[in-house]
Amino acid sequence: MLDKVVSARDAIAQLRNGMTLGIGGWGPRRKPMALVREIVRSSLTDLTLVSYGGPDVGMLCAAGRVRKVIYGFVSLDAIPVEPWFRKARESGAIEAREIDEGLLQWGLKAAGMRVPFLPTRVGLATDVLTMNPDFRTIRSPYDDGELLLAMPALKLDAALVHVDRADRLGNTQTIGPDPYFDAQFARAAERCLVSCEELVERMDLAYPDDARLNQFERYFVTSVVHAPCGAHPTSNPPAYGWDMEHFKRYVAAAGEDDGWARNIGQFVGGSEDEYLEQAGGRARIARLPVPVF
Amino acid sequence: MPSTHDYSLAELLIAAAATAWRGNGEVLASGIGIVPRLGAGLAKLTDSPELLMTDAEAYLVEEPVPLGPRGDYRPKFSGYMGFERVFDCVWSGRRHVMIGPIQIDRWGQTNLSGIGGPHRPKVQMLGMRGLPGNSIHHANSMFVTNHGKRVFVEGEVDIVGGVGYNPRRWPEGARREHVDLRLIVTDLAVLDFGGPEHAIRVRSLHPGVTFEQVQDATGFPLLRPSDIATTPAPTPDQLAIIRRLDPHNLRATVLKGNPPGVPDAAARR
Repeated sequence: MLDKVVSARDAIAQLRNGMTLGIGGWGPRRKPMALVREIVRSSLTDLTLVSYGGPDVGMLCAAGRVRKVIYGFVSLDAIPVEPWFRKARESGAIEAREIDEGLLQWGLKAAGMRVPFLPTRVGLATDVLTMNPDFRTIRSPYDDGELLLAMPALKLDAALVHVDRADRLGNTQTIGPDPYFDAQFARAAERCLVSCEELVERMDLAYPDDARLNQFERYFVTSVVHAPCGAHPTSNPPAYGWDMEHFKRYVAAAGEDDGWARNIGQFVGGSEDEYLEQAGGRARIARLPVPVF
Repeated sequence: MPSTHDYSLAELLIAAAATAWRGNGEVLASGIGIVPRLGAGLAKLTDSPELLMTDAEAYLVEEPVPLGPRGDYRPKFSGYMGFERVFDCVWSGRRHVMIGPIQIDRWGQTNLSGIGGPHRPKVQMLGMRGLPGNSIHHANSMFVTNHGKRVFVEGEVDIVGGVGYNPRRWPEGARREHVDLRLIVTDLAVLDFGGPEHAIRVRSLHPGVTFEQVQDATGFPLLRPSDIATTPAPTPDQLAIIRRLDPHNLRATVLKGNPPGVPDAAARR
């Protein structure tokens, strides 16, 4: 019988320096942070990140593991600019490939469809073309002859996604109101590492009535990591909201000399259990209120 | 009887913002930020009930959702509009968004990405977000809390995120006809793109504001129509709706010092 359940350490051990990683979620929402923390605990480096960016991008930049970021934004929402990403970007430490957020989806879709590009008007007449000098335009082969941007496929070596429920086979369910683009990340990737709040033996036996919450098929899922509160400090509604107190400390640390090294204990920890303990424990995280907009 | 002093400048701007969505038909009205969101809600609850709107997260609603903590109020969902559906909506053209860019230029090009050029900005801001796609596919309006030359720049914006009417930016064969820039609501005036070749002109001046004051605060020449209206004061009915949609008075935090709608000096004249 298939059993894809592994530890976070074994999941991340499948990755190699220089890989292109797609990270699911959106800004400070449902990010696979337990897996991101495990990357920081590993020696992985020289990564290219593709993300609707939040603290996933910021932490990996802060830890010096990133060569290039492909993004439409990197934000903590209520705190508009991710402070660690900002530092890396302004100091020139990373190669920044800024694109429209819809273009990012288009690139993932092209990769998932195994075509080299998808046509779109998005990005024409903007600095998307300046910041991505390898992007090409294409002329419609039909009578209209329209000039379009050929958004290249964003092929991922691995996708990292956090879900509410998973089983040993790799079936997943995402409960929150917006699945974001997790499915497209999974489809664009050679392998998909999933972290989950709740691990069950068999989804069909545990939650047979909730199959509509499944966002992508299990043949994309390589590994399943049981990581309760694994999206912390980002939100995972309806289970828990984002941890604004934690974010405030995280932002403040970005303004300190040597702020990452001095605070890596509270932002990453030696292990996930140690990290969650420092964050106030699972019971506290489970009580974090879901933000109201 | 309430006097003309009894509304704030923020409330005047909300009423002005609402006019952006008038007569748009069945489109998704997206107001990003406190004033634009309240403006969209006000439009829907007054002259434009046909507008579509979200709960600011993932669902469509027919009753605009009040801002902030809701107490007993439960939003009633009429449909779904997660981010993937928003992108589909953008590309279909059935949307009118109002956002607050950090820079706007004479061609209506907008910047949310940063200050100081695309390759190595001095200050990284939010990023492109959806500006390239929004601006090339559907109606766009803008909201500015601090009308000045740092926002309305002299040359081009530092990083072009939202497209505009700058012919030098457009490659031959690209379709520009969906570019549809509508209103710019600022703390001094309401501007539009109604001049020759979409030049920006002053549509109305807020009470107590002169054309010269607006021109001095703008990095490029503005068109001056022969007859410039005063931005209409919000009506008592509009104010009641605004107060209901914003029970925590978040609108009082938008403009520094929460100034009155009619400056004291102008009111004395």
